[in-house]
Amino acid sequence: MEQMFNFSVISDNFTYFMIGRFPHGPLGGVGLTLYLAVVSCILSFFGGLILGLLSISRFPAVRYPALAFINLVRGMPLLMVIFWMYFLLPALFGKIAENNTVIMALTLFTSAYMSRIVVAGIEGIPKGQTEAALSTGLKSWQVMLYIVLPQGLRNMIPSFVNQFVSLIKDTSLAFIVGVSELTHVATQINNRTMAFPTEIFIFIALVYFILCYAFTSLSRWLEQRLSWSKAI
Amino acid sequence: MLNYTFDWSIITSGQYFDWLVSGLITTLKLSAISIVMAFILGLVIAVMRMSHNKPVRWFAHIYLEFFRNTPLLVQIFFWYFGSYKILPTVINDWLNKTGFEFAAAAIALTIYTSAFIAEDIRSGVLSIPKEQMEAARSAGFSYLRSMQYIILPQAVRITIPPLVNQFLNLAKNSSLAMTIGVMEMTYQARQVESYTFKGFEAFTAATVVYLVLSIVITAMVNLYNEKVLNIHKAA
Repeated sequence: MEQMFNFSVISDNFTYFMIGRFPHGPLGGVGLTLYLAVVSCILSFFGGLILGLLSISRFPAVRYPALAFINLVRGMPLLMVIFWMYFLLPALFGKIAENNTVIMALTLFTSAYMSRIVVAGIEGIPKGQTEAALSTGLKSWQVMLYIVLPQGLRNMIPSFVNQFVSLIKDTSLAFIVGVSELTHVATQINNRTMAFPTEIFIFIALVYFILCYAFTSLSRWLEQRLSWSKAI
Repeated sequence: MLNYTFDWSIITSGQYFDWLVSGLITTLKLSAISIVMAFILGLVIAVMRMSHNKPVRWFAHIYLEFFRNTPLLVQIFFWYFGSYKILPTVINDWLNKTGFEFAAAAIALTIYTSAFIAEDIRSGVLSIPKEQMEAARSAGFSYLRSMQYIILPQAVRITIPPLVNQFLNLAKNSSLAMTIGVMEMTYQARQVESYTFKGFEAFTAATVVYLVLSIVITAMVNLYNEKVLNIHKAA
């Protein structure tokens, strides 16, 4: 069993794994993975908030299309959503950079899941609060904006962080449309060197694990903190 | 977009229709095989996770955290490209003969899903009052036998809805198998698109298939919840 593994392929390409050709070229690797995840997460927070509020609207004409959209997206694999975006966006808006196509797809997909978190967070606030606020003369949108959402959103934080972890994992699918994030960089190096697939994929699995595990732990810690602060 | 002419006939009959159907069959086959294996593996890991033996418990804990926190795509690539260095030669030879793409995808999907199933089963078990375990142990059952005859049969009953949802996730996740060349639903839709340039029709067909699958399965879960578990949920 002489030298089963050879991890020099990792150390030789370490910078490329981490940031791609940056700063002499476009950002890639772990840097791009995090960029895609962070941007999509921020956008899908707002997307999820809007979709969630629409899906519990009093007006059926608003509620049903929102619910239909949410269930449509949740019934589809993410890969399918990426293909749809890859195919539809250029047809509708002309040429769009691959990075943005992927961000759009991830945002749509994650918004649908975030909307469920938002609804659960809103439903977790006791009804009495809404009634009390309404009886003080606030309009229903004011009740939502000033009373229910500030408390609801706080309870949603751990779930949001979990969703961010899913996003980090989901960015690996950007590989399929040629966006040079971590997984794409790994397949590139694998194709170039040929001899070290085991080392390369174990390495990037560990990188993803470290990123995701850090945020999973954060979400657990937040959950404990929130339940503690609620208890007093 | 404006000069796009729809031609639904290409996906409703003929060669492209056959492609899509064979894609659907592969998706169902891959999902069915993987969910059965994932359930068995998930059960084992869940029992290990609750074991009183520290090394066993920690092994299960690391297994769960690792496979839940790495992307499925990377796991698929690992089994497809990189597993030959760690697998025995016998298995490698057998895999090379039997078409490695499907096997690699099935292994990756099984292991990935088993980690989620194990957590579902564990929360099912935790919902069974611990007096039952104590009663079983004091009646002379060993830990494993109490699990087998007393705890798991009840836990699995509660765990069926989340398990069915895992099957749904698995069916959707199996689309990633296309990246290593398994000709499942998404692969075939992509194939039809590149042969005909009728992306809209091809992707609609695949989307409808996935939607019907999730609507049927979700309806079944709701029925089970209402009829068997007597849980009534709004919307």
